Amino acid sequence: MKLDPAVQGPSRPFGRDARTPLALRCAAAVTVLGIAAVFGFVTVYALPVLLSGQGLAVLSWRWLPAAGQFGILPMVCGSVLLACSALLLGWPLALCLCGWMHGLGPARPARGLRQLVHGMAAVPTVVYGFVSVFLLVPLVRQAGQGSGLCWLSAALVLALLVLPTMVVIMDAALREQGRALRLTGAALGLSPAQVFAHVMLPGARRWLITAGVFGFGRAVGDTLIPLMLAGNAPGVPASPFDALRTLTAHMALVMSTDAGSTAYHSLFAAGILLLAVSAGVSLAVRRLRGTGQDSLPDAEWRP
Amino acid sequence: MRRLHAILSVLPVLLLALGLVTVAAAAPLDAFAPQSGITGSLDIAGGTAHIPVMKEAAKRIMTVNPALRISVAGGGSGVGVQQVGEGLVAIGNTGRPLTEAEVQKYGLVSFPFAIDGVAVVVSPANPVTGLTGKQVADIFAGTVTNWKDVGGKDAPITLYTREDGSGTREVFVEKALKKGPQAATANVVNSNGAMKTAIAQDPNSIGYVGIGHLGESIRGLHFDGMVPTQDNAASGAYSVTRKLYMNTKGAPQGLAKAFIDYIFSPEGKEITKASGYIPLDR
Repeated sequence: MKLDPAVQGPSRPFGRDARTPLALRCAAAVTVLGIAAVFGFVTVYALPVLLSGQGLAVLSWRWLPAAGQFGILPMVCGSVLLACSALLLGWPLALCLCGWMHGLGPARPARGLRQLVHGMAAVPTVVYGFVSVFLLVPLVRQAGQGSGLCWLSAALVLALLVLPTMVVIMDAALREQGRALRLTGAALGLSPAQVFAHVMLPGARRWLITAGVFGFGRAVGDTLIPLMLAGNAPGVPASPFDALRTLTAHMALVMSTDAGSTAYHSLFAAGILLLAVSAGVSLAVRRLRGTGQDSLPDAEWRP
Repeated sequence: MRRLHAILSVLPVLLLALGLVTVAAAAPLDAFAPQSGITGSLDIAGGTAHIPVMKEAAKRIMTVNPALRISVAGGGSGVGVQQVGEGLVAIGNTGRPLTEAEVQKYGLVSFPFAIDGVAVVVSPANPVTGLTGKQVADIFAGTVTNWKDVGGKDAPITLYTREDGSGTREVFVEKALKKGPQAATANVVNSNGAMKTAIAQDPNSIGYVGIGHLGESIRGLHFDGMVPTQDNAASGAYSVTRKLYMNTKGAPQGLAKAFIDYIFSPEGKEITKASGYIPLDR
């Protein structure tokens, strides 16, 4: 994780000159072509649906294939609701964990905590889903009404799933800052907690937001957690105990319908929406990194 | 676990291939052995319910004779009829009998090889043991929402259904709901196994699974007084069933004929059974 924007400036070792090794240029070209091909194919397959009379049918609120209605808006709504709620739960938790690791908690447990969070990143998604079906879902079922397969269950587990991603980004940023600021802060008579709250946090603001954006991208793209835990009813939930269906789970569920049917083609429209969201997230991250370089003095603080 | 299962199911085939049964007793797979002189490729398409049976049979056959090429595709019953009729595939699968018009137009021959029965299931903790067709239709339409209205305890009913395109859902909607309306609030799961887990966990649930998947953890309800068992489905005493068909254009030839013979062999019937269906005699 490079924190210093200056590294990407004109002084970088490999500029756009002839010294770039051929292998690197090939790797870059393959990557770019691969991404372009994905966008191209999905667009080509989705266009007939969006351009023909079915376009409006796809952008409606009712998914009833038997009645010829193929609206995917409830799924768009489900994806956004679930990702936002997971972020709302996960981001503050990630921030608290980072606070604990950077001055608010004792050093030894903090180190253990960091290792634990890094370890969480290695747990496969399906394990979270499977364990939750047997442990979390019955609890949610007893707490609320309904089946327990609902927005709340999925949001709780998804928050846990995106936690390591956010903690790793925040932690890296705070560590850079801490290295430069801790002694200075101590010399000024600030406690570690004061250094964290008043100096490090404001300085790392950009990275805290970046962590949130990455977390959102991860949450909106996850398939298995909503598929296993959210209930998948194609409607807009009225309460956290209602089921919802995300775009990703929807695509996984409808894949088995007849190839060539409208339901099948509508999946490509769903795919384009998902790609648009991912691309939007990437652009947002780039914007965040690109702006405010002057206002953030972290480059000058580097030892 | 799946891999272990795959290895275990391939083992007998390997033993066969090793020549343990070269003694005259004609094992079903002998027809495909390299020395039998059979060659070529076989394309299969159509109903999705058929796929596990077709794939397993194809795998075993190609293990015995790697020179043979058998491809299995889905697409649904309509695609199955169309492709076999147009000569694009040698076997077109359907989950429904062919219509008179289809037989006339293409000259198709049908081979019903299995019965796919669907049982309405609840958690074993649920005191309800049977429902009428009307009650089931009302529950799945979302007009009856409490178990006390159908003779159970006072608790809200949680609905579970299968994804669009599921063969099990198709039978259930057609034969049990009589194509009636379905509540959009039903939870959707994407396999018989996931349905079983969900129903077993949720004491107020109702859903449906293929009869082959009934077990200790879930209870099959009597439907209009009919008891959902393999035997009743086979005899016709349980009516929420359909037959699965393989169709060929004219009488099957060569590899297609050998494949159909294999599906009807004792080993083929075992595969059908393991996929959750009731095998039929030719």
